[in-house]
Amino acid sequence: MFPEQLNVPLGKWVNQFVDWLVINYGAAFEAFADSLLTVLVALEQVLRGAPWWVVLIAIAAITWHASKNWKLAVGLVIAMFAIGTLGLWDKAMQTLALMIVATSLSVIIGVPVGIAMAMSNRLRAIMLPVLDTMQTMPSFVYLIPALMLFGLGKVPAILATVIYAAPPVIRLTDLGIRLVDQEVLEASRSFGASRKQILFGVQLPLALPNIMAGINQTTMMSISMVVIASMIGARGLGEQVLMGIQRLDVGAGMEAGIAIVLLAVVFDRIGQAYGKRSQRSHAEDV
Amino acid sequence: MSYIEIRNIFKIFGPDPEGALELARAGSDKDEILAKTGHTVGLHDVSLSIEQGETFVVMGLSGSGKSTLIRHLNRLIDPTAGSVSFGGEDILSMDIPALNAFRRKRLGMVFQRFGLLPHRNVMDNVAYGLEIQGTDRKTREAAASKWIERVGLAGYEAKFPDQLSGGMQQRVGLARALATDPEVLLMDEAFSALDPLIRSDMQDELMKLQAELHKTIVFITHDLDEALKLGDRIAILKDGKLVQVGRPEEIILHPADDYVQAFTRDVNRGRVLRARSVMQRLTPGSDRSEDDSNAPVIRDDTRLEDIVSISLKTGQTISVMDRDDNRVGLIDRDQVISALSR
Repeated sequence: MFPEQLNVPLGKWVNQFVDWLVINYGAAFEAFADSLLTVLVALEQVLRGAPWWVVLIAIAAITWHASKNWKLAVGLVIAMFAIGTLGLWDKAMQTLALMIVATSLSVIIGVPVGIAMAMSNRLRAIMLPVLDTMQTMPSFVYLIPALMLFGLGKVPAILATVIYAAPPVIRLTDLGIRLVDQEVLEASRSFGASRKQILFGVQLPLALPNIMAGINQTTMMSISMVVIASMIGARGLGEQVLMGIQRLDVGAGMEAGIAIVLLAVVFDRIGQAYGKRSQRSHAEDV
Repeated sequence: MSYIEIRNIFKIFGPDPEGALELARAGSDKDEILAKTGHTVGLHDVSLSIEQGETFVVMGLSGSGKSTLIRHLNRLIDPTAGSVSFGGEDILSMDIPALNAFRRKRLGMVFQRFGLLPHRNVMDNVAYGLEIQGTDRKTREAAASKWIERVGLAGYEAKFPDQLSGGMQQRVGLARALATDPEVLLMDEAFSALDPLIRSDMQDELMKLQAELHKTIVFITHDLDEALKLGDRIAILKDGKLVQVGRPEEIILHPADDYVQAFTRDVNRGRVLRARSVMQRLTPGSDRSEDDSNAPVIRDDTRLEDIVSISLKTGQTISVMDRDDNRVGLIDRDQVISALSR
């Protein structure tokens, strides 16, 4: 037996810390949650309120814009249509809204953090284990404090998704910037470019293919969180899977699972097409 | 005081350069310091004076510190100790905005692997320096067009770097460096990555440009032939230390040590040596000009390889004239042969 005197009451400290947060900053968290919720609800209303064929046309247009490939556009429209035929259109739109908000938030946080990591070796040394923790810590562990801070519903679901899904875009932004050719950077510095001019004129454009790959991975990971998110009150396809499990309704669970996969395929193909486009930014005029 | 003054530069790479600096100042050499402290000595007490308008070549093998040295001139690298000044202005005391302004206005740099921005076409690459300065699009594109044409790339404005050959890419690099009309052109092994034929073309092109522009050029190379061809003066670096500085002929005729001598052994002497360093000098008053009035006459800066053909054709002793048409020396056949054969 491990001597009991050596036990560290870490759990107690964490509880005290969370209590302290709730008591002292509860209002601030609520305000943050409200603004996030406003955005999400608005987006959800647009997606659910729009006629299904408008959404399909939008998907086709975005795919065409990303890939200039009409076969792909048709394929993705069929995938979305299939979700509708499974009777899951409305739930898919809820999931879609959640994903868009979670992914956007991940990118808004992740890209600047990745840039900062690329600039500072010390920050990178601190962040790498943090990112590892974010990806390996079972999500229920941080769902509990998130629930205490934000209550049941969509906001903790978004935050849990962001914690899980942001690491790839952070890592690949950092990597992409670090991989920029040193001689190109030196050239830019030798012409007297300021740090801002180097970042926006050289580093970010050249890191873009990697950043796009990171965004694509982040999107995929946020889709994989929908089932867990539904456990704390986010509606959508995950809710359907959960219901299938609870009622032992294999068919319903399977339907929802297929819809999630189809949604993932659509997002992945669009993301990849944008990634490719950023790589051959000038290939069109060859 | 020369235009560019480099004074007692030490550059030591590693976590604690100060400790290693003591050792270097006390006379330890590169290998000793590496063994004792794990620090790498990049430059060891280097001092150079570079005149305005000259082409100054720094030559050395890889690891000699030549690329480190050129990066001290625009502070891409800061020295561990020493000073660097341009026209009396100490560049090491500049803060970041002043340094950037200095880089923008007065320096242009050309890189070994070109350092072009892969996401910008030729036009936008050449205009880059001006864009950084905040010049408006119309002005900078006009200036860029001029330089693109000057380096022979008219018609390629919309191409991207990866669509061009190496030689063409370096022409873009050269045009980009010249487009801001800098006083000083820093060229870091600018032609080393090119095929021999294209390299030779680019060297000729640079000499042609320089004859018109009279920039101060600091040119880094590991190729002695290139150094001898381009340089008004040459500095030879070894293990971070300056071995010899001198005009090409001085390097060939009076190598400072065995290291330099080993380099010069395979040099085409005919292309480097000039009449003035081969001729038998006439002491003033001893002019024997009457004897051979139809003897061939050459300038004192004529290359030995040209003298050879004159000497072979005429078989006569050649008169050497200086810039003011005074006869300063004579060259006979034996002198030509001995100058070539040493």
